[in-house]
Amino acid sequence: MKVLMFGWEFPPHIAGGLGTACEGIVKGLAHNGVDTIFVMPSASGDEDQSCTTIVNASDVAVTCVSAGVDEFINKVKFISVDSNIVPYVDPEEYFAAIEKMKAEKRHEMTVGFGQKFKFSGKYGANLLEEVSRYAQVGGTIAVRYASEFDVIHAHDWLTYLAGIAAKELTGKPLVVHVHATSFDRGTDDMVDSRVYAIEKRGMEAADRVVTVSDLTRNIVINRYGIDPAKVVTVHNAVDFSGRDDVEVSRGVRDKVVTFLGRITFQKGPEYFIEAAAKVLKRTKNVRFVMAGSGDMMNRAIRQVARLGISDRFHFTGFLRGAEVQKMFALSDVYIMPSVSEPFGISPLEAMRSNVPSIISHQSGAAEVLKYAFKVDFWDVDAMADDIYALLQYPSLSEFASRAGYDEVNSLKWNGATAKLKDIYESLLQ
Amino acid sequence: MNHYCNRAMKKSICLSFHLHQPTRLRQYRFFDIGNDSHYYDDFANRTALKRVIEKCYLPANAILLDLIKACKGKFRIAFTISGSVLEQFERYAPEVIDSFKALCDTGCVELVGTTYNHSLASLASENEFRFQVNRHRDKIKSLFGVTPTTFSNTELIYSDSIGATVYSMGFDTILAEGAKNALGWKSPDYVYNSAVNPELKLLLRNYSLSDDVAGRFSDKSWDAWPLSIQKYTGWVANAEGEVVSLFMDYESFGLRHDKSGGIFDFLSLLPSAFIDAGMEFVTPSQATAGHKGVGPFPVEQPLSWYGAESDVSAWLGNELQQDAFKKLYALAEKLAIVGDDNLWADFGRLQESGNFYYMNTRFFSAGESVDRENPYPTPYEAFINYMNVLSDFSIRVNNSLAEK
Repeated sequence: MKVLMFGWEFPPHIAGGLGTACEGIVKGLAHNGVDTIFVMPSASGDEDQSCTTIVNASDVAVTCVSAGVDEFINKVKFISVDSNIVPYVDPEEYFAAIEKMKAEKRHEMTVGFGQKFKFSGKYGANLLEEVSRYAQVGGTIAVRYASEFDVIHAHDWLTYLAGIAAKELTGKPLVVHVHATSFDRGTDDMVDSRVYAIEKRGMEAADRVVTVSDLTRNIVINRYGIDPAKVVTVHNAVDFSGRDDVEVSRGVRDKVVTFLGRITFQKGPEYFIEAAAKVLKRTKNVRFVMAGSGDMMNRAIRQVARLGISDRFHFTGFLRGAEVQKMFALSDVYIMPSVSEPFGISPLEAMRSNVPSIISHQSGAAEVLKYAFKVDFWDVDAMADDIYALLQYPSLSEFASRAGYDEVNSLKWNGATAKLKDIYESLLQ
Repeated sequence: MNHYCNRAMKKSICLSFHLHQPTRLRQYRFFDIGNDSHYYDDFANRTALKRVIEKCYLPANAILLDLIKACKGKFRIAFTISGSVLEQFERYAPEVIDSFKALCDTGCVELVGTTYNHSLASLASENEFRFQVNRHRDKIKSLFGVTPTTFSNTELIYSDSIGATVYSMGFDTILAEGAKNALGWKSPDYVYNSAVNPELKLLLRNYSLSDDVAGRFSDKSWDAWPLSIQKYTGWVANAEGEVVSLFMDYESFGLRHDKSGGIFDFLSLLPSAFIDAGMEFVTPSQATAGHKGVGPFPVEQPLSWYGAESDVSAWLGNELQQDAFKKLYALAEKLAIVGDDNLWADFGRLQESGNFYYMNTRFFSAGESVDRENPYPTPYEAFINYMNVLSDFSIRVNNSLAEK
């Protein structure tokens, strides 16, 4: 079985968790005997292609360019694509191929042929434009590979239009994978209606909607009005292979309690600060760290100052790569007090580093992590109580550390992707 | 062999009911430590007690009293009632004590000794264990005017050394679990002797026949469901030995198994069905007086009536439980020096086995909480709450010691 997969990013060049999850999924699928063609807007060439074939949409020219998303979707059915997706060939071969096809002129509608669009593959200002162009290219690629794949799989709203286009043009079943929704990105009254519309359209067009947690599944059903029968939860996993344990020397003797993530409303930074102040009233040999950046950072700094705990509460700014591993290695307690978190992979990373984790019930990870401490994001007292207990009662932190380490090591993509394979198979029957 | 000689004898049935209600701790946050030394959820305790009284204790007592009167001395039973639940009766529902008094006045009920606080003291400190047992014996004497001579440890925990302590305190009969791993090929349905003190006689719970009623009665997936009194009488009558010991949580009647499932009808029919089938009811002390011990029952590692392993791992199986347990009993010496009644009372309640049971980390893998009486969503909460309380208690003990 082969899957045409539309993603937005792929390691090593990633901005969020989506690329990491996609890598885990294609590797897991390969383990389960499912091949993938992974399409992304802007590949750099240094992606690990041992388990998938990566197609760079920036290298693909489309036959028809239309500016607006809506215009395109209405047109999709009528576009006849005669494309020349030739990823990863040298320019001479590429142009030779184009010349050859131009000469053949097999199809009348190849008029606008040869227009390539250079995708940034980032999450910038012209994101919506990129999304719509990605759909155009996606359709083109789908037709090019139509004889090779059985199912289309699109990851998050950025790729849904590409998925729809591919389905429209090839008639193959479409799976959309919901890693996050608009409701996890904005507050209820601040949802971007354009993004919401694309998400809804993708979910409606899909034959199956895969969600990363039951929490997200409920949002898909209740907020997007999708038929529960076609919404399936496949919990995320995490791939720790090739991960070395980081050795760090501690500069301070104090215990360290860490928050790591974007400092935005959805991540609940203010609840962490409140809890920290409560713990600090009782015990002094502890420091709190907020690692990350975001639009609520200044507010967080002011809150810390107002509570008078600045001497014990530290901001690191945005951390990347090895710095993240180091931060985990320095921590005694990890906390993810998210208000809304479709899954949340960071506590798994923390637990893998032997750090006991406190997570909110409002995170998808809470559905799978038995050995994480779970509190409601607003329950600052319970959060403080868990932090205090992990600092004060060594038998508790030792148990949580050991049990948590074993637990996250058992959450494998191989298991999660076996479920995906079942979903594909159910669509092909 | 003994049982051939006794062939003509009627098969003895020893029916014993066990009562305890935990003293639940309130939600106790770390910022309460040193500020608030009231540890108990009085409302929850009272509500739970009222419920079990209404659903179980009072209706079941009324049925048993009628049965004893109707059988004219042929129906005999035993009760093990923890001091914790007796205290709660005195505080919230003294009428329950009266109804037990009425049962005792029939002369067909034996009251069995146990630990006052339903504690695991037998696994921690001989001194504290003796204190608990004596305190319970005094309580029974003062409420019911009798002195128990049969002993049943918390959760039926038994080992040779516990038996030795109990024997030295004047008990001659002890109830224990007829654990398969300890019995091997032997049957639980005989009187056994303690391996260390042969004068101490053991009655071993027939866990299969006991759990048929106490555990499985309303389990619709059980192939024997619904359990008729005829079927059950047949099973008991066919048990191979001389004495069949049926020890059950009293709460099984009406609380675990709801009245609507027929558990009280079953109970009402049981005495006459057994008697008609040629069996006789005996109290534990009658059982050990009427039957010779068939041999030693050696137990080195403590047994209990819980789980397939019949060990004590449900309460002390992980490092959280062991840590909390050790920290609690480490205070015993200081308490003895301080000698403060309020501290002793709290120390007793903090010993209740439920406190440690709730920290059983097997509940993590069991998913949904196994026990609906368990107030904690996970063992973590149970441990943290307990340790916060214990931290406060420890501060109080140390402060009192400093004042001395």
